[in-house]
Amino acid sequence: MVALALQVKGITKRYPGVIANHEVDFDLRKGEIHVLLGENGAGKTTLMNIIYGLSMPDEGECYLDGELIQITDPNLAISRGIGMVHQHFMLVPTLTVVENIILGVESLRPRTAFLRQLSLLDLASATKRIESLSKQYGLEVDPAAYVRDLPVGAQQRVEIVKALYREADILILDEPTAVLTPQEADDLFQVMRALVQPRGDKHGKSIIFITHKLKEVLAVADRITVLRGGRVVGSTMPSATTENELAAMMVGREVVLTVPKGPARPQEPVLEVQDLKVLDDRHLVAVDGVSLEVRKGEILGVAGVQGNGQRELVESLTGLRKPVGGHVRILGQETTLASPRRITELGTAHIPEDRQKHGLVLSDPVKDNLVLNTYYRPPFAHRAVIAREQVADNAARLVREFDIRTPSIETATSNLSGGNQQKTIVAREFSRPIQLLIAAQPTRGLDVGSIEFIHGQLVKRRDDGCAVLLVSAELDEIMALADRIAVMYKGKIVSVMPAEEATREKLGLLMAGVS
Amino acid sequence: MQSTSRRGKAPGAVRASILGLTRTLSIPALAVLTALLIGALIMLLSGGNPLVGYVALFEGAFGKARSLSETAVAATPYVFAGLGIALGFRGGLFNIGVEGQLFIGSICAAGVGYAVHGLPWFIHMPLALLAGCLGGAICAGIPGFLKAKTGAHEVITTIMINYMAIYFTNWLVTGPMQDPGTIVPQTRRILATAEIPAIWGAYRVHWGTVLAIAAAALVFWLLWRTVLGFEIRTVGANPDAAKYAGIHVGRNIVITMMLSGALAGAAGAVEVLGLNHYFAPSFSIGYGFDSIAVAVLGKSHPWGVVASAFLFGALNNGANLMQLRTQSPVYIISIVQALILMLVSADQIVRRLYRLKDLPKGNLATPAVATSESALGTGKEAKS
Amino acid sequence: MDMRIIIGLFALTLVKATPLTLGALSGVFCERSGVVNIGIEGMMLTSAFTGFSAAFFSGSALVGIAVALATGGLLALLHAVLCIRFELNQIISGTVINLMAVGVTGYFNRVIFSGRTVPGVETLPRVEIPLLADIPFIGPILFQHQPIVFTTIILVFLVHIVLFHTPWGLRTRAVGEHPRAADTLGIDVFKVRYINVVVGGMIAGLAGAFLTLEAVGTFEKLMSNGRGFIALAAMVFGKWSPVGAFGAALLFGFAEALGVRLQIENIGIPYQFLGMLPYLLTIIVLAGVVGRSTPPAASGQPYRKE
Repeated sequence: MVALALQVKGITKRYPGVIANHEVDFDLRKGEIHVLLGENGAGKTTLMNIIYGLSMPDEGECYLDGELIQITDPNLAISRGIGMVHQHFMLVPTLTVVENIILGVESLRPRTAFLRQLSLLDLASATKRIESLSKQYGLEVDPAAYVRDLPVGAQQRVEIVKALYREADILILDEPTAVLTPQEADDLFQVMRALVQPRGDKHGKSIIFITHKLKEVLAVADRITVLRGGRVVGSTMPSATTENELAAMMVGREVVLTVPKGPARPQEPVLEVQDLKVLDDRHLVAVDGVSLEVRKGEILGVAGVQGNGQRELVESLTGLRKPVGGHVRILGQETTLASPRRITELGTAHIPEDRQKHGLVLSDPVKDNLVLNTYYRPPFAHRAVIAREQVADNAARLVREFDIRTPSIETATSNLSGGNQQKTIVAREFSRPIQLLIAAQPTRGLDVGSIEFIHGQLVKRRDDGCAVLLVSAELDEIMALADRIAVMYKGKIVSVMPAEEATREKLGLLMAGVS
Repeated sequence: MQSTSRRGKAPGAVRASILGLTRTLSIPALAVLTALLIGALIMLLSGGNPLVGYVALFEGAFGKARSLSETAVAATPYVFAGLGIALGFRGGLFNIGVEGQLFIGSICAAGVGYAVHGLPWFIHMPLALLAGCLGGAICAGIPGFLKAKTGAHEVITTIMINYMAIYFTNWLVTGPMQDPGTIVPQTRRILATAEIPAIWGAYRVHWGTVLAIAAAALVFWLLWRTVLGFEIRTVGANPDAAKYAGIHVGRNIVITMMLSGALAGAAGAVEVLGLNHYFAPSFSIGYGFDSIAVAVLGKSHPWGVVASAFLFGALNNGANLMQLRTQSPVYIISIVQALILMLVSADQIVRRLYRLKDLPKGNLATPAVATSESALGTGKEAKS
Repeated sequence: MDMRIIIGLFALTLVKATPLTLGALSGVFCERSGVVNIGIEGMMLTSAFTGFSAAFFSGSALVGIAVALATGGLLALLHAVLCIRFELNQIISGTVINLMAVGVTGYFNRVIFSGRTVPGVETLPRVEIPLLADIPFIGPILFQHQPIVFTTIILVFLVHIVLFHTPWGLRTRAVGEHPRAADTLGIDVFKVRYINVVVGGMIAGLAGAFLTLEAVGTFEKLMSNGRGFIALAAMVFGKWSPVGAFGAALLFGFAEALGVRLQIENIGIPYQFLGMLPYLLTIIVLAGVVGRSTPPAASGQPYRKE
């Protein structure tokens, strides 16, 4: 009989309009790595939030060490030995590593009397404990460093130490590899292996590993459970399955892993970047002497782990951020310091990385968002007055053409699904004549249908003679779409190669700075 | 729902829109009612008689033709100032400097009103009004400029300028602009050619009230029919998207502040030109601050502002008779107005009190006030 | 210049800086936990009035101070409920407090004291710290003051220790920067915010008590006169740290003291311009310095559990 660390039965969680979890059964054995696999929106995070006490299930039971328990808040989860590393790190950037780690358990007692909270902090002994934990599991952290100064890989180690400091026996890792290079991910897998090893007569830690990346699953899992649309669709072992089988389980049909496209016919350069230098929000160099060109009729993919200067590169090309050095030319015209409007008017379309922050005015209706950067000129405006009929006609036409699912063109875009929000942006950007398309993470967080639609649109634009710059952290997306691939690492383009020459391994090494 | 669909579309749509309107109006109406009830409680506890008080209040506000005229007079500066604040809200700016802009606008109008001679009324009066608008616009433009260039939060800078404006006008009317014929700190009387005439015989209500309502129509047209309005609203709703859309955010902030200040300046100017005919520092009873409540109660919509301005005008006007009859100080109205602001913004309280259904999130009564950076002194530079 | 004038000027600076410092400390408590409080002005004004009234009727300054503290705390509780529970826009909520303060003090000032010339209460006694007060130059500037001035200086350092060296302070800073992170660690974000805002309100209440009970001994209409807002500027200038805010408050206090001094000297500048000094300085400081300081990341935003 295998000892179960955790078991949930019949978990159901409804949100207005969706059932996030539907009668989910799931268990975790002591000392195993159990992968929870599923697409975005499959209900993985919901299930983990329930286990961690961040939300309460509408129905269902939860057992810890065989004991029925209601996990009403994270305090209880923590005190019962559950630790969670969230997809978006839960670290306070302005505090040091040690402060982040001891936060909430400053005196190692779950419920301290209020006056105890006014006693002086004992950072020295906390630091000692952190150092011994970090040695024990090979998790290198600097307790005195400020979290805001740490690279993502190090922040993730802090998160794991934070859970171990609270004496967690069950670790939930929510999409931990999304921000890592393949090599950093391998390091993480080694740490995970070390964690589940038995120590003396004690069981090792038990790990729930959430991901949607198939290759990792086979590399690290002891067992695999697949979620789709809030339901468990199957459980299996790595030895008994293949990538394609898992993919089919995950999306519910055979997936086409490639995008149909013909060979590129590149012509004259549309975008020319020379020795570009850009600073980030903290005034540190983020783009460090980048040179590249994108030609009419080709897709140049920029691969790289998030946070290596891609965002700053895109923002400087589109006029949102002023470069401090170098040159940008679009269609032969100097645009290095040009305003976003001038760059748009030259025929540039921009699908921004953060669609809700930059791409849309969420509180405004769909029809206004569809003219967000053309509202001021004919046919949408005459002599400073908005032509309301034209704006409405334009919206009706684009909603039809791009199949944007919205109750009406007057609906606020905040009420649309992520996929339809992205379609709204794509429709707007493609509704005017364009020569250059800059797309940053165009499919992040979207469902498979929307991803296929947007991929198709990108290829269609290329075939229509547009120059396309695609920036994506998804290696698969880059490999499926790009004609040439540039790899960005620490603000530099470390290599550019034709897509045919690229392999995952080669790109992975370049992304990690190994050349 | 089913019954409406069976009846066919047209009546259903009409009913839905009526239902929608009552729904929109029910919260503000209940908020006002509740605020008045709490006010009554305060009066009762401090030894007054709220019933007699509120009857007097109503009578004072609407009882006679003269009271109606006085209510309109009291509402007029609220309309202008409320529009100024509402316009700022729409552009994502919190212009708490309306009080100071009112002072500056008012003294500018008075200066042009008495010092410029020999103009026909149809030039002199608009000129004086324009001077008032300009004064207010400059007064508000400075914090706008500072926000756009350095990120200094407009809430603190506009308040500081309030105090400076009040000191400054105080110096003017005790020094260079003081009426030589008196020792009272006030300016000379403006010329007849600069006056905004009365509408209705011997009553004090003047054409400034009509101007105020016209201003509301103008603001509506500006915000929802023009390119500039599109830009103001976009910057207000999402400055990042506005930048992406090619809007010059910094310039837009300055323009919005100046328009807001111009409306505030007009509020002060109309008080001088239409009502008092001279400037004295005591003319404002805190219009600038009350107008925040006016704008919020009116949901930052021009017509809503007009309606709530008249309500505030009625309250202030009626309070005088109330104080006369019941000895309850007029200040009770300030308390009621603060409560209205509170209850309209925190509409959940009202919903809970009267067991109304919660609206879906996002339909908040509070306008978007620079929500992305409402922390004071945010260092984000608005330059683009 | 005469040494006595310089000593007097610096001593006056400390006095004028006292309500600003208290206001700024109040702001630090609130904003460090993520709640913007522009209602400090109103809290000061209201507690100045209630503190005075209580001292007037009870004959005890201590009762006055206690009532002032309670008033500040209660108004802050209202602010906290509106901002945290009802997710009201925090600047609007602060405006509610400020408007309410004008109404409440105006109303009850007439109800309670109308028709009567309000005789003042005796201001708090001046205390000379033994030995220290006798140090030449420093002594009269720093160690011959009324109690609230001393309390304020002690509070500055106390707040510094609480904020940066205790678990409570650590939690406060975490909640103000990244409330979700604190929540996932089992920290009650709402509780931390409620307590900090109320404590901040009580400090603003002490500032109110200073205005009536320590400075003049009577209540005047709108006597807070924008100090609550200048205090916020001091907080920003001091980068949300107690010691920094104290420094900034001293600067603004100096401007005010200088205005008073120059008015006494009668050098021909109209008093209105001298009166503008602190406000002008505030604008210059905000415009010049603030561009480079960052507020707590979550301040101004209501926290909503998932």
